[in-house]
Amino acid sequence: MSGAYAQIFRALSSEISLAVVAMGVLTLDLVVGRKRDLGARRQLVGAVTLIGLALAAVPLVWQVGLTNVPLMGETLAVNPLTVIFKFVLIVLTALTVLISVDHDIGTHVGEYFAMLLFGAIGMLLLVGSEELLTIFVALELTSISLFVLTAFHKNSLRSQEAALKYFLFGAISSAFLLFGLSYIYGLTGATHLRDIGTALAGKGTNPLLAVGLLCVLVGLGFKVAMVPFHLWAPDAYEGAPTPVTAFIATGSKVASFFVLVKVLMIGFAGAAGSAYWGAFSSGWAMVLGITAAASMLLGNCAAIVQTNVKRLLAYSSIAHAGYILIGLVAATSTGATAVLFYVIVYALTNLGAFGVVAALSARAGGGDLEHFNGMAKRAPFLSLLMLVFILSLAGVPPLGGFFGKFYLFAAAVERDAQNFGLLWLVVLGILMSAVSLYYYLILLKHFYVMPAKDETRIATPGHVNMALAICAVGVIILGVFPEPIVALLKTLVIGL
Amino acid sequence: MRTDWTIYVTFLGAGLIMLLPRNAKNLIRWVALLTGVIGLGIGLQNYIAYNGWVDANQPLKDGFWHLANVAWIPSLGVHYHLAVDGLNFPLVLLNGIVCVTGILFSWNIEERVKEFFAFFLTLIAGVYGVFMAMDLFLLFVFYELAIVPKYFIIAIWGSTRKEYGAMKLVLYSFIGSAAVFIGILAAFFAGGGQTFDILELARHPIAGQIQVWVFPLIFVGFAVLAGMWPFHTWAPTGHVAAPTAASMLLAGVVMKLGSYGCLRAAMLVFPSGLAHWQWWIAWLGVIGILYGAAVALVQKDFKFIIGYSSVSHMGFVLLGLATLNRDGMSGAILQMFSHGIVASLLFAVVGRMVYDRTHTRQLDELGGLAKTLPFACVTFVIGGAASMGMPGFSGFVAEVQVLIGAFKMSPWLAVAAALSIAVTAAYILNAIHKVFFGKDDEHHGTAEVHALPPITVPEIVAAVMLMAALVIIGLFPSVMLDMIQANVDIFLKGMP
Repeated sequence: MSGAYAQIFRALSSEISLAVVAMGVLTLDLVVGRKRDLGARRQLVGAVTLIGLALAAVPLVWQVGLTNVPLMGETLAVNPLTVIFKFVLIVLTALTVLISVDHDIGTHVGEYFAMLLFGAIGMLLLVGSEELLTIFVALELTSISLFVLTAFHKNSLRSQEAALKYFLFGAISSAFLLFGLSYIYGLTGATHLRDIGTALAGKGTNPLLAVGLLCVLVGLGFKVAMVPFHLWAPDAYEGAPTPVTAFIATGSKVASFFVLVKVLMIGFAGAAGSAYWGAFSSGWAMVLGITAAASMLLGNCAAIVQTNVKRLLAYSSIAHAGYILIGLVAATSTGATAVLFYVIVYALTNLGAFGVVAALSARAGGGDLEHFNGMAKRAPFLSLLMLVFILSLAGVPPLGGFFGKFYLFAAAVERDAQNFGLLWLVVLGILMSAVSLYYYLILLKHFYVMPAKDETRIATPGHVNMALAICAVGVIILGVFPEPIVALLKTLVIGL
Repeated sequence: MRTDWTIYVTFLGAGLIMLLPRNAKNLIRWVALLTGVIGLGIGLQNYIAYNGWVDANQPLKDGFWHLANVAWIPSLGVHYHLAVDGLNFPLVLLNGIVCVTGILFSWNIEERVKEFFAFFLTLIAGVYGVFMAMDLFLLFVFYELAIVPKYFIIAIWGSTRKEYGAMKLVLYSFIGSAAVFIGILAAFFAGGGQTFDILELARHPIAGQIQVWVFPLIFVGFAVLAGMWPFHTWAPTGHVAAPTAASMLLAGVVMKLGSYGCLRAAMLVFPSGLAHWQWWIAWLGVIGILYGAAVALVQKDFKFIIGYSSVSHMGFVLLGLATLNRDGMSGAILQMFSHGIVASLLFAVVGRMVYDRTHTRQLDELGGLAKTLPFACVTFVIGGAASMGMPGFSGFVAEVQVLIGAFKMSPWLAVAAALSIAVTAAYILNAIHKVFFGKDDEHHGTAEVHALPPITVPEIVAAVMLMAALVIIGLFPSVMLDMIQANVDIFLKGMP
């Protein structure tokens, strides 16, 4: 038995240390924090959380050398890919913490940071697990932490409404997921992804599998906010405290897409079907092909009419879920690589964009587009960073968003390159990118072109500027030198 | 220094300006000017060297000087490949001239000087990149990089419906580039998915049926920016809305990005697609020539006249390219250079010399400026003469060659295109008459007109530079035509 425990400890050392830090943060705030004023409390607790996150990243270094070690009967996997994504998630959490320190999150400071950490633990587990029940538990851990975090503006009706909506949608989608998983188990007698993959290999689709698969797609589709399971996203994004929005839009998306890739490409590789133009055949690729198209259309068109920046970014993130799904529809190792690469770029970009909004909206008096008028004069540095983030979202080179999109589309065209079967999705995606440039430019117009009513300079704390600058540098580096990451991800994906 | 240093120097200049304090306006202007002059110097020095090399090595077998060719993103076959030959060297030189003169004509900008020159130089650097890129992906990256700064330059510093004009221009370019993007992806995978290198792709052309639909995607995508009828409507509104330097850049250089893209990325890579669509392009070019000239004839706004005349003159470029013979194509490339200079000169007179002083561009409200602004009058007469195709100026050499080429293809084309020369003479003479020689007493008090501020030194220097370029090429066309013809011969030899 001791061997088994040692294994667990090895596989979960990051998660375990994060749990310890979360408890520690709660206690620290209770014992020491209450005596101080809120700003100092946030700084103290935030600093300890950051140190804890840094410590949790250390065990990942030991795991770097391990290649595909199945642990606990293949329930948890440790391989270079999981190491990379756990590291990315820890970085995203740390950046969220840096933004949060500056933000008014009420009097429950310790609870806030502890909840962030619990959410992060759930995401790390999601990345590591290769078994349906563990995936479900990790997903719930993430979701419940995020529900609580969304409601953290206790006096704001919007925050409460958002949390309730998020929770109800989330609960129903979890029910769908669990229901679907039960069918899959009934069909294959297995809960491990690789066993499911073996059991389903070469059998084609049958009605039972179709129902199970569809329910799983509903459950996971809610997490990545694809149309038609996106309805919670704009309200939750708008109502939640902005750092939490950033966390939902980035950390949770990264983990969910990782799991989606893993479940579909390992567990249901045989049930992909196809979304080729004029040659649809049933399977998850077909379903995702349709939802991808719907997400791109609805997300981009709805974003045009938004006046609130967070809502605008929420619809844009629905659209981006559509672009990312194109990579999955391709159902090749290139497609999976493109998805993983894009998710990283997307997370850095959106964290930065929401971070800028978080830092500026509190000081500018609101989060509507007009509150950001003339920001280029009032906060030139953050406006410059916003320019980078928004142009990356729009897919303008040489930023990460451009290469990410290019790679996604290339993966889709490469699949069935003889008949260009997936070209319709690519054409739609590119046209929708042109549409998206319109509202992104409107957003930037408020920052750069419209005059401000009040031209006083806005000073933002150094650690916020630093966190956002890190995001921007990351976005630029991933755009200019994508090769190392792409090549690495590709070999690792093929290795799975 | 190698010619590709023009790109890096210009980027460095833009970066340096970002670091300067915003109040050091004169320092910023001088840094921008110095950057522009260094860029032009490098271009000119290498141009002379290349010209000598071409003369010494007649007949040319391979006209390329490769500047850099390293793998950039090997997993997608993307190379950082820059090269110059006789087809793009005139345009590199043109970009340098327009950059320096544009900075000189922007000397009077007082508002947000730092951002203006940073955007301006970024745009210039992107244009240098497009002209030298020999890899479809790289070309696309530089091309997109040049689109975004245009929006801000026009929307912030422009006039007359500037936000509308800016958005229209950017969306047109972006939709054009979306078509290009799809075409590039299709060409890449149809060619085996190995390389984006233009010369490699040209050496191994893809199957004819695919070329037939990929060629128009890329050609039209670029031709949107070249102002090809019926996709030209961004051009007049964009030119009118833009500040002087940006009008100069738009008409002088950015439209050439489009026609150069047509030549390098579409015509060179897809010879059978070109053969299939040759007549369509030629006739669309002719329609553009006649339509632009006819509409210019009835305009009341001085700047709209020049805007529509650009559409007309760019029609000559498309017609010349479509002839696929030595005279027509050489004429087209010389016309790109010549029109770049002429349009810059005319926009400078209209926007900087006249509008900034009189604050009106309506032909009916202007008059008698020959007395008050004699230098502007002389400049406009010389620019107008070149635009009409008077012998002794570069426009004559270029347009006569295009007409000869068109005549060889079909006399009807040449006859139709030649009609426009009379119309051009009519609208230019009409403008000269009304603006510079018409009576001013009816609309202006004489005192008011005589109080116009005098022409400044930077304006004189820049105008003399542009006029000198017109006359030098007009009197000694061989300094440019030799290298163009040598490379056109190589191009035509490669055609099936």
